[in-house]
Amino acid sequence: MTLYILCFTLFLVGIYGILTQRNMIKIIIGLSFMEFSVFLFLALIGYIEGGAAPILSKNFESGNFVDPLPQAMVLTAIVIALAANSMLLSMAVKLYRKYGTFDIRKISQLKG
Amino acid sequence: MEIILSGILIFMILGAIYAIHARDLLSALISCGIVGYGLVICFLLLKAPDLAIVQIVVETITLIIMVSVVLVSTRFELDKEPGFKHKSRLNHQLLGHILIAVFIGIVLLYSFRLAIMHLDSFGDHTLRMSEAYLEGAAEKTGSANLVTGVLFDFRGYDTFGEATILFTAVVGILTILRIKGRK
Repeated sequence: MTLYILCFTLFLVGIYGILTQRNMIKIIIGLSFMEFSVFLFLALIGYIEGGAAPILSKNFESGNFVDPLPQAMVLTAIVIALAANSMLLSMAVKLYRKYGTFDIRKISQLKG
Repeated sequence: MEIILSGILIFMILGAIYAIHARDLLSALISCGIVGYGLVICFLLLKAPDLAIVQIVVETITLIIMVSVVLVSTRFELDKEPGFKHKSRLNHQLLGHILIAVFIGIVLLYSFRLAIMHLDSFGDHTLRMSEAYLEGAAEKTGSANLVTGVLFDFRGYDTFGEATILFTAVVGILTILRIKGRK
């Protein structure tokens, strides 16, 4: 239970960063913290005490694995998070070239 | 196991808090690296080697992209605002903000506590849904690694969609960077 709560604390730190920071790079960093905490939470759910990594070998005993299903889902999610983060970063670069700042309060004219 | 993981997680949370409060953007990115590579160690301890490998690659690529973005723009967080005094409005507004933040944090923690109440405690996971995947998985998929078996055989369309998303992201990035804005 402590681990779940700590994991959620990391999520709260990410929300705090998104809500309070004015720099776009800091906001992207906060978003990636939220992503990290969700990955870690899913991987924590699938863990079985004393289980081996889900790779079959010759001396394999049944029921002695950690759950491979959350790991497969998280693997997909990590790659999608990379795509989303690089998309956000490219938008940040574009906005910096137009406005000369990362401060979101100074980016006021949202026209193309 | 639980104690080691808690230690690494507390270290990650400290790194995250420093990353959010750092004045210099490059040091914020280095602290972001603390969190990402701490996550790699957590994955290794949780017996998920595939996740650890992917996370190392992804974290390195993300850090490289972010550092290159910071290097072509600016290192400093915000421009100095003239006439901005930090201490003058310290008392009432700051107290109100802290109270609101603590209240929202407590509400979120309580709802998270409600949400995880019916989960198994850490380490006693029961294989409910995965049993169908695990039964004779080696014969069905021909893969010794069960994660790869699930990812590329049982859930092949998900992986296809993931590749589509990556392609769309690349096309989107190219479009955004090439577009010319109105002056």
